[in-house]
Amino acid sequence: MNPHRRSPFVSLAAILVYVFLYAPIIALVLYSFNASKANVKFEGFIPAYSDRVVTEGSLVKSSPCGPFHWYCDLAKNREVIGAAKNTLTIAFTATIIATIIGTMAALALQRYDFKLKPFSQLSLYIPIVIPEIVMGIGILTLFSQVFGWLNTTFSLNGDARWTMGLGTVIVSHIAFMVPFVTLVVQARLQGFDKSYEEAAMDLGANEWTTFRRVTLPMILPGVLSGALLAFTLSLDDFVITFFTNGPGSTTLPIYVYGLLRRIITPQVNALSTVWILVVLTAVILLQVIQGRESKQYS
Amino acid sequence: MLKHLRENKSAQGTLLALPTMVWMMGLLIIPLILTAVVSVGQRSPDGNVIYSFSLDNYIRLIGYSTDCANGQASCFDPLYVSILGRSLTLAFNTTVLVILLAYPLAYFIARAHPKKRNSYLFLVLIPLWTNFVIRVYAWMILLRQEGVINIILGWLAHLFHIPFQPLEMLYTPGAVLVGMVYEFLPFMILPIYTSLEKIDNSLYEAAADLGANAARTFTRVTLPLSMPGVVAGTILVFIPVMGTFIVSDILGGRQVILVGNLIQRQFLDARDPTFGSAASLILMVMTLIVTYFYTRKFGFGEEIVVA
Repeated sequence: MNPHRRSPFVSLAAILVYVFLYAPIIALVLYSFNASKANVKFEGFIPAYSDRVVTEGSLVKSSPCGPFHWYCDLAKNREVIGAAKNTLTIAFTATIIATIIGTMAALALQRYDFKLKPFSQLSLYIPIVIPEIVMGIGILTLFSQVFGWLNTTFSLNGDARWTMGLGTVIVSHIAFMVPFVTLVVQARLQGFDKSYEEAAMDLGANEWTTFRRVTLPMILPGVLSGALLAFTLSLDDFVITFFTNGPGSTTLPIYVYGLLRRIITPQVNALSTVWILVVLTAVILLQVIQGRESKQYS
Repeated sequence: MLKHLRENKSAQGTLLALPTMVWMMGLLIIPLILTAVVSVGQRSPDGNVIYSFSLDNYIRLIGYSTDCANGQASCFDPLYVSILGRSLTLAFNTTVLVILLAYPLAYFIARAHPKKRNSYLFLVLIPLWTNFVIRVYAWMILLRQEGVINIILGWLAHLFHIPFQPLEMLYTPGAVLVGMVYEFLPFMILPIYTSLEKIDNSLYEAAADLGANAARTFTRVTLPLSMPGVVAGTILVFIPVMGTFIVSDILGGRQVILVGNLIQRQFLDARDPTFGSAASLILMVMTLIVTYFYTRKFGFGEEIVVA
């Protein structure tokens, strides 16, 4: 019996599910070329290139960028550029910190025995089993109570006041990233042969050298996939950011959400399309790099 | 002191885990405790918290009231209970639909030629990397009265000469259900695939040798062995659906109020953090109870970490 033989019904069902997964995305991209500013109906592509934008009612008749009018519009939007900067600043900073402390915790949990070990292991599962909103409002309450207390006790004014901002978002993102990094690295450490490290120590390497030259290179793929997971979680996060951001720390998801509750022009679609393309390129690049590495070692 | 540390393995472990423990304590456990403390407090007129001990918020959630319109001593307002019920029902329906859609696709990928599997999986992941908020917005385009689905239905109706009225789909409970299913579908496909892929081909051969037909092989071999994936997927879908407020906010248009919306509004519009905290705690307890009984019955799948 051919193990790869499937009933045609399974294939049909699979194709339908793929259509379900992709139809919204295709519509999203298509509408980014919409000539209609109101973006309710698809009124066709913007037909022509011209020196300046020509509109007729809510229809864009021609534009210096032609069909890509909304993409040019997007590039000029300062709010979007600011939000993109914030999103990346938060994701990079939080990923670096979460990866370092998460890897440390994974080593501790896998290699050492200490009093608080069961508690630390258990606490890592909390973000998986409680809804994100519960965590979000808990952190919001904590920050607002502590900041309120600090500001009144030390009667801080103006810029000296503690407020929500990039700092609070980064600190909170680290909190939901760390468990994922730790669990991924831990899984990697489980299949780890200790004899390599013992050999290094026998040959006179101290602990730090052993870690740097033997342990780290061996767990690096796990650490990197943990970091990648953490990074994408941060880019995608809406709920925690929603409750912990402040003036000047708007991220792209928060910005898009704000737009959806007001007027939506095809600019939102252009932004979404660019987003999808950027993420897709990054992921494909990573796959290529990882593929090369695994070929090197095999 | 440094020398002491070199010999003390337990201290080394504690030190390595310390930053993570500080973070988990400070941003997970203390906030949860604070939520509990605030939930039994009272709201001050300017929207702050007065620390005290009163169960008023919980009584209000159950719907019991001493402040009745018709002058009775007590009355019952099921508003919040119905919101909790609606959220539970929606999470249940979403999970069932997601399993029904995810299983065939996961099975298809797992039984595909090994060389093609990665590409098929990649196709599942691409929508997942599109932002959560953007994915909800995409459904607005499809479901609107002048949207893509109505246009296509209109064409079909025209083709078969059937009179057609555009359907009102956006801002309905159905729209919220579709949005939720779409958002969380990949979280079910991945763990089911992982557990299906582990099944050894020799088991299928053995089943065939012993005379089992396709249906019997499926119910006696495939399905039981893929249950850990279904369980892990259910946890990854059910819990977030219970707490999400964006999908209902955007696709439900304030018509479909879930616990998530209730909590969010207490913190932003109504400015009553004490009531919001109580609702949040109830939400947490509800998800924990469901997860506990569910995993006790079916076991806690390892696949949860894989996804």
